[in-house]
Amino acid sequence: MGFLVRIAKPLALLGDFAVAQVADLGNFALFSAQMVRWVFTDFTRWRLLRPQLYEVGFRSLPVILFTGAFVGMVLALQSYFQFEAMGRASWSGAVINLSVIKELGPVLAGVMLAGRVGGALAAGLGTMKVTEQIDALRALGADPIRHLVVPRFLACFLLIPFLTIYCDFVGILGGYLVTWNYGVDAYEYWMHSADVIENFDIFTGVLKSGFFGAAIALIACFKGFQSRQGAEGVGRAATEAFVVSFMAILILDFFIVMFLQALYDALWGRVSIFV
Amino acid sequence: MTTDKEQLTSGQRAAPADVLIRLEGVHKQFGKHVVFKDLTVSFRRGETAVVLGASGVGKSVMLKLILGLLKPDRGHIFIDHTDVTTLRERELIPLRTRFGMLFQGAALFDFLTVYENVAFALHEHKRLAEDEIRRIVARKLALVDMQGTENLLPEELSGGMRKRVGLARAIAIDPEVILYDEPTMGLDPVTADTINELILRCRRELKTTSIVVTHDMQSAYKVGDRLIMLYDGGVIADGTPDQIRRHGDIRVQRFIHGDAGLTAAPMG
Repeated sequence: MGFLVRIAKPLALLGDFAVAQVADLGNFALFSAQMVRWVFTDFTRWRLLRPQLYEVGFRSLPVILFTGAFVGMVLALQSYFQFEAMGRASWSGAVINLSVIKELGPVLAGVMLAGRVGGALAAGLGTMKVTEQIDALRALGADPIRHLVVPRFLACFLLIPFLTIYCDFVGILGGYLVTWNYGVDAYEYWMHSADVIENFDIFTGVLKSGFFGAAIALIACFKGFQSRQGAEGVGRAATEAFVVSFMAILILDFFIVMFLQALYDALWGRVSIFV
Repeated sequence: MTTDKEQLTSGQRAAPADVLIRLEGVHKQFGKHVVFKDLTVSFRRGETAVVLGASGVGKSVMLKLILGLLKPDRGHIFIDHTDVTTLRERELIPLRTRFGMLFQGAALFDFLTVYENVAFALHEHKRLAEDEIRRIVARKLALVDMQGTENLLPEELSGGMRKRVGLARAIAIDPEVILYDEPTMGLDPVTADTINELILRCRRELKTTSIVVTHDMQSAYKVGDRLIMLYDGGVIADGTPDQIRRHGDIRVQRFIHGDAGLTAAPMG
């Protein structure tokens, strides 16, 4: 009997955990659906959107530019010597710029946004929840999702493509500066880059970033709304918002790349930068 | 578990026409913690009812249940014969505009100024010109002695000032019912008394029904014309301030005298 209890207890706990996770996912789906409904039915509040645009866009820009520039430079350092050993140093531009535009720009912009904005959104909304401001909104006959989530979602969704483009730009510039420092011929460097980078690649990066921005905003706001009482609860909401957003970015990235790669192959056939 | 036989439950006393809010057989629990067990209580139109009880007894939960901010696990809550427990969030909005609520910590929106806080419900529900809204906000702020603070942010206000602005926000759209959640908690005695005076002034000038949740007996006696005491998930006392003072239940006497060691009701 005791043995059965010892086996049954962890199983019961596992079952409880699974049920809680499924319930959480269901709540997240409902939360997202309500948010989307407000976006399409009634959102005309520039007064609420403007401070979020400033917070998400303008105040994220320095960190995005800094990260993008250094990633481009590190990538150039890493790839230059490999290509130089093959006697094709100018080809490094193609690899650096393609990597920045297709992957590193959007993913890094997403990760930085998740860290800088996602955590702050969850902490801000969590604090509003524990100080009863969200209840006060409801008590005044207002919908908290419409007033608090929609402006934050729109700010993240609309501005992350621009942040990605800035990140791409400084990443490309940083990469070029490093290779130029090693004496790579500028004409060949840019020519090889232009040969391999297509409009579709730029589109892929920007499109992905839109998904990342939407995921970050929804996850962060949901975690903020779910925050438990006290400073620990708010802190945990902020941490979870970052961790879950980060995982969501990587998972979304995988599936979006898989889909877009298949789309590209179907439309134009498979190509390689080395062929 | 003795209840004074003379204390009739509010449901029995209140004529149906007088009853504005009625909680019927309400059960609510959070996790394993049972807050209400078959709670039945009514609030009459025009009265100021004070709900008393120890911390954690469910006083604030009761206000949130009435407003539909929380749903009961079982039971019904009627407001003017409408069962609010069956309403969806969007359907609750018109009903909530009939209420004003002063939250425990005032719950002012920290991203808005005092003016924007007080004007919030007016912007949300009334189609008024901004000048008209400005006039109403000035009038409500004057009612709570907070004129001239329109441009301040909540972080620039003291605890008492926040409560007063919270009250101005609660009465901005002239609600029929005002719910006060621990209005004097955390305030010095003089500021607490100012809040009590404001509650009386709101009742006098706005002719509202009020439900005040508190464990401050001085406040309860001053503002309430009916006191209700919650204990262990239900109502153990319900009557006028005088009836509650003379209540035979030792738990009530312990609470109103703030003496956990009391073994018998004090004489006189």
